[in-house]
Amino acid sequence: MNRIAKTRHAVSRRGIIAGTVAAAAALAAKPRLGEAEGAGGEALTVPPWETQPGAPVLAAPYGAPSPFEKTVVRRPRAHVEVKSDLSSIGLTPLQNLDGIITPSGLHYERHHAGVPAIDPEAHRLVVHGLVKRPLIFTMDDLARFPTVSRLHFLECSGNTQNWTAGKPDWTVQDTHGLLSCSEWTGVKLSTILDEVGIDRSAKWILAEGADAASMTRSVPIEKALDDALLVYAQNGERLRPEQGYPVRLLLPGFEGNVSVKWLRRLKIGAAPFETREETSKYTGLLPNGKARQFAFIMEAKSVITRPSGGLKLSQPGFHEITGLAWSGRGKVARVDVSVDGGKSWHAARLQEPVLDKCLTRFRFPWRWDGGPATLQSRAIDSTGYVQPTRDQLVAARGMQSYYHYNGIQSWSVAAGGAVSYAA
Amino acid sequence: MRPSFILFAAIAVGAGLASPAWAGQPYGFGTPATPDKIAAWDIDVAPDGTGLPPGSGSVADGAKIFASTCAVCHGAEGEGGAQDRLVGGQGTLASAKPVRTVGSYWPYATTLFDYIRRAMPLTAPQSLTADQVYAVSAYILYLNGIAPEDTVLDAVTLRKVAMPNRDGFVDAGSKPDTNAKP
Repeated sequence: MNRIAKTRHAVSRRGIIAGTVAAAAALAAKPRLGEAEGAGGEALTVPPWETQPGAPVLAAPYGAPSPFEKTVVRRPRAHVEVKSDLSSIGLTPLQNLDGIITPSGLHYERHHAGVPAIDPEAHRLVVHGLVKRPLIFTMDDLARFPTVSRLHFLECSGNTQNWTAGKPDWTVQDTHGLLSCSEWTGVKLSTILDEVGIDRSAKWILAEGADAASMTRSVPIEKALDDALLVYAQNGERLRPEQGYPVRLLLPGFEGNVSVKWLRRLKIGAAPFETREETSKYTGLLPNGKARQFAFIMEAKSVITRPSGGLKLSQPGFHEITGLAWSGRGKVARVDVSVDGGKSWHAARLQEPVLDKCLTRFRFPWRWDGGPATLQSRAIDSTGYVQPTRDQLVAARGMQSYYHYNGIQSWSVAAGGAVSYAA
Repeated sequence: MRPSFILFAAIAVGAGLASPAWAGQPYGFGTPATPDKIAAWDIDVAPDGTGLPPGSGSVADGAKIFASTCAVCHGAEGEGGAQDRLVGGQGTLASAKPVRTVGSYWPYATTLFDYIRRAMPLTAPQSLTADQVYAVSAYILYLNGIAPEDTVLDAVTLRKVAMPNRDGFVDAGSKPDTNAKP
């Protein structure tokens, strides 16, 4: 670990010294911490921030990242046309993140009719249908119920969706950036269902958002009574507007779209409601023309986030391979890493905590010899499920399934150190 | 405050304790959601037609509304543009280039009504009257060859519309669809 720490400090120092003489715009082009490694052997000088006081206390009442990190932001997928900025995506910069928690401002976005600006005082949640006591809750009402906090990932079922049309310059933000992980706080949905008293015939729940799409999805009652949450807080503060302020549904391990944001209504019914999003979208077309419906669970998946596409290894020697693994069915049991395109596999070290339906950080020490290499990872979850190869997915689903792609991702390292997308 | 809550509170007070265990009793939060109070939000339409409002609309009326309100994104004949194609594609789902439209893919006509009513047009959702939603639904079904030109949709006729891909979906179930080995 000492060697890694030294290398990273050297990178940091070099970047900062360069920054004192360069314009801020030029800084943005400098390699980020961890994106490049190299020498830093200049004689030390005393930088200006040591010879004058810094910004006053409370200069930023709500703090923001260092200006040197301003390129670490969400963005659309490269080379994919944005048809409407009301109904599109913002990808999480996984290549720049460490640990397992996604900063709330970098949590991926997928909206269908923009982000509503909801006044929590005016917001209501209706719970009705096949219940004994249909009720309307204010946000104050919801906050009075017993609370729980859980760490869970959210992944859009369209994450890695353009796998048939990958581009060489795609980064892990492009391929896997519809993935984030937060600590969520709220009320167990089962608590609310107990409060209204659901009928024995209840089998499905319609969840409806208060956005301009009035997003609706059907939730199976088993999930609702298991680990479903109504959450109003994320990473210690109230939900961000992009994440459903003031309250959203959170279905751990399910495709993100079902965790309806800006939740305004839950209608308990006896059958699926067959909404647009669970029929014409979010269904997987098979080669025989039939489509898989209600494939809610995000199966085990992993991806190497460093080194990954768009990054560069500056010199041979030690490099830590690190990435994320997750499963909608439980915990990550094991992650294997290959540096030879899957010919041989080696167990990676899993960073604690390893939690249920949560991102798990893995690490693997690698000595790069300076030659070409193909980096891969594969996750195995607590049910024994093994992350499939692309070919195995195609064999099961064909080429038109679109959603729920969880194949093994390859990053190609060229002689010289450039890392690029390799399907 | 509901009677059950008052009763429980009275028991707790009578026993002289602030009970830490609250299982099995309602907390008593919230106010009754009577049908009149929630009518403006209770807008979902089920596949059996439950929730369809009074009103009606014709293909001819739908054509006018579509031209003025929908065509800018979906094309004059529903052929697609800035947003989804709505028409055609029947018979392509098992091909190498499937075309997923209302006509080729959507299993329920009720979903068409539900979605237009709640979410369309993109820039002014929930602005169409029930009559207008019936009319636009009728026109899109007509463009797909699913409803004849003289169709007038209402709560009775819409639920009877047979969509070509009604049986095109299979429940994915709870088991994974791959079985890779390490």
